[in-house]
Amino acid sequence: MNFEWTKKITLAVTLVLASGVPGSIAEAAGASTLLNVSYDPTRELYQSENAAFIQYWQKKTGQTVKIDQSHGGSGKQARAVIDGLEADVVTLALAYDIDAIADSKLLAPNWQSRLPNNSTPYTSTIVFVVRKGNPKQIRSWDDLAKTGVSVITPNPKTSGGARWNYLAAWGYKQKQTGSAQKAKEFVKSIYRNVPVLDTGARGSTLTFAQRGLGDVLLAWENEAHLILKEFGSDKYEIVSPAVSILAEPPVAVVDKNVAKHGSRKLAEAYLNFLYTPQAQDIIAQNSYRPRNAAALKKYAANFPKIKLFTLNEVFGNWRTAQKTHFNDGGVFDQIYVP
Amino acid sequence: MGLFQTKRRNILPGFGLSMGYTVFYLSAIVIVPLSMIFFNTVPMGWEPFVHAVTAPRVLASYRLSFSTAFFAAVFDAAAGLLTAWVLVRYRFPGKQFLDALVDLPFALPTAVAGICFATLYSPMGWLGETLIKWNIEIINSATGIVVALVFIGFPFVVRTIQPVLEEVEQEIEEAAHCLGATRWQTFRKILLPHLFPALLTGSTLAFARGIGEYGSVIFIAGNLPMKTEIAPLMIMSKLDQFDYAGASAVALVLLLISFSMLLVLNAVQEWQQKEYR
Amino acid sequence: MLKPTTTESGPIVKKRVSDPLPIRILLIGAMLLFFTAFIFLPLGLVFAQAFQKGWTLYLESITEPYALEAVKLTLITVAIVVPLNAFFGVTAAWAITKFNFSGKAALKTILDLPFAVSPVIAGLIFVLLVGSRTPFGSWLGEHGIKIIFSTPGIVIATLFVTFPFVVRELIPLMEAQGRDEEEAALTLGAKGWQIFGKITLPNISWGLLYGMILCGARSIGEFGAVSVVSGHIRGQTNTIPLHVEILYSEYNFTASFAVASILVFLALLTVGIKVTMEKQFKKNSIHHQD
Repeated sequence: MNFEWTKKITLAVTLVLASGVPGSIAEAAGASTLLNVSYDPTRELYQSENAAFIQYWQKKTGQTVKIDQSHGGSGKQARAVIDGLEADVVTLALAYDIDAIADSKLLAPNWQSRLPNNSTPYTSTIVFVVRKGNPKQIRSWDDLAKTGVSVITPNPKTSGGARWNYLAAWGYKQKQTGSAQKAKEFVKSIYRNVPVLDTGARGSTLTFAQRGLGDVLLAWENEAHLILKEFGSDKYEIVSPAVSILAEPPVAVVDKNVAKHGSRKLAEAYLNFLYTPQAQDIIAQNSYRPRNAAALKKYAANFPKIKLFTLNEVFGNWRTAQKTHFNDGGVFDQIYVP
Repeated sequence: MGLFQTKRRNILPGFGLSMGYTVFYLSAIVIVPLSMIFFNTVPMGWEPFVHAVTAPRVLASYRLSFSTAFFAAVFDAAAGLLTAWVLVRYRFPGKQFLDALVDLPFALPTAVAGICFATLYSPMGWLGETLIKWNIEIINSATGIVVALVFIGFPFVVRTIQPVLEEVEQEIEEAAHCLGATRWQTFRKILLPHLFPALLTGSTLAFARGIGEYGSVIFIAGNLPMKTEIAPLMIMSKLDQFDYAGASAVALVLLLISFSMLLVLNAVQEWQQKEYR
Repeated sequence: MLKPTTTESGPIVKKRVSDPLPIRILLIGAMLLFFTAFIFLPLGLVFAQAFQKGWTLYLESITEPYALEAVKLTLITVAIVVPLNAFFGVTAAWAITKFNFSGKAALKTILDLPFAVSPVIAGLIFVLLVGSRTPFGSWLGEHGIKIIFSTPGIVIATLFVTFPFVVRELIPLMEAQGRDEEEAALTLGAKGWQIFGKITLPNISWGLLYGMILCGARSIGEFGAVSVVSGHIRGQTNTIPLHVEILYSEYNFTASFAVASILVFLALLTVGIKVTMEKQFKKNSIHHQD
């Protein structure tokens, strides 16, 4: 009986080997599918956008297309593309991550000037989510630094969203006082109030909403609205600070991969579609701030007036910001040196 | 060089074939891939390497990973021995079901385990609610990491002790009993020394696995720099800066430590077996 | 040394010297306490969340196309990984236990190594080996061979993580059994393959099965390493554990835990197989002894 067993195993191995190998050879991909590699909070947005685009493209060209999605932490996703994940388009949380892809020669260094508005069809900003009734009376960035306030934000080293949070706080103080030193002290006192640094934005949301930790959560504006929707607007409310950062999550076509797949036309049409009024409406419905003036006006009630500063105004550009603040030995590390 | 060559003539056939395949498969799946860690570290040079692996934050993370993995392994050794003993020696209803559940930590994805523990011990969770009244904080502390690691390492201990315990000849215990030894004496003087190698292997495996565990720990650890940041998280955060060399450097250090630990363990066992022969 | 016997110490020899009742109750109680805190509660949580919104939603969540694709991918992975590692386990255990050679301790240590490697590193090494930044990886890419971010990458990473289970289980067993039986068969004129098939394999079939079950359980559940090499493309490169995580980060808790409960069932199923085979095996061995 046991000899039979060995035979069966051998047979199974052979079969599996035989069937496994041809599967590993990539079929010549037609230009009817796209892979969009994105970051975590855009799942809901691209679900709607993809459906709309597929319809739009069908009507325009008669071709039925399929759009595959991959979501994860922005830095991790960028790394996957660098290491061979064949994304036709990337839609990430920050320009630095797409710069890194450009550095490995997968797309042109001038990628950000190829599409309107710095290649960001939608923007967002950083707001506060507090428990209903705002028991700790958190209204401004300064309130986050007060003793006795517990702040939830993810780890800037592993989360793109967390970097925007950090830079928003820093920029607020630096613009207010004109002093980088004061900004550093300020950011330091905020992080003293942070009891847990999750590795991603969604982790922080769960810590705050599901595990009941912290008095205030720093979040993308679109995430804040989603939290109210998913966890109950009777339990949480959004506080918009008077000043915050203009978060610009960029999109780009990955040149080398579209050349390989023959999908450039489709990929470009897909990203350009994001700027159309129809797509801008979907963007606004998902609580991202649309670029299109008409859409912005239509949904003005959803987006409180916040004085927004850009990253470049305060920090020059993403590469410098990353190097000074978040790389090993940078300002963020210094905050935690005892 | 003489490595992997038979010492004395052996009459059984198949050494060349089986050893050849072993070395081939081992190289393809383990050695060549693992050597990439080394090859990616080399170009960075000695000084940046030392700098990367001895930064205060990295050192703090080693300390945390090793100490939590150690405590978890000790706890697992006790719980695992107890479980193996009960499962092998006693008969009671539902035993097989419990036996089945021992493997659960292998099958449950680590992320799910992490989420479960973080939820259970959160101030709103089933256990956290009670614990917070006694001022015991589990999540976002080293204790939380130990809890997750105990879960992850538990099956290693049970599954290494179980077969050994099953094969112990009960005649010896009976003999000890006839000679007037108490149960406790028999256990301590006869069974424990016999089970010790398996216990050591099991808890070392649990320990080694604990050092590297990532998925379950990050949900419950809190991840504060210098306080609750584990070593694998340092690797991840270096990778997110696209610092492949730095990540490989930290990985290399972890790998070397784990490897030497296992090597010592295997050498001890080899030596013990020779003693007995 | 108390040399372990090769015959199963099945139900016939059980229960001669036993602990007094209070101690038995105490120990079982202590074990149950441990199980409650570390196994039952997490398990209870999984099922409580999975069925929170009722049966219909539960069934919907586990039969939704993406979930089915994830189950399929996981099962394919297991079907490839377990036989390969089992075959290797038997071969390596034969080489290590039936012959003497220098460097044995080192070889055994290397076999253990994947247990000690962080899942994060386990994923990373394959990215470093066949990622498109490397010469080898870009060569593969030019020839249209995809390894990472597709099924082969997931299989290889799982092979690595579950590599030691079978061989780890077999070595102690075969060491305890020695080589006398095989050598006797050889002097009686048996051929190498006959010896292996008729003597060694029946002797180790139990340990082999056990190792395969552990290997299977772990390859179903592996998250860390697979997460690094998967690429997370929905419906294509998501295994069950990855799908669970994705649903969870979509705040879709019910579906997430529902899919996680599939894993629990799979784990219970493998162990169910083990128990059945164990019974079969014991019946056979008693029969032989008569």
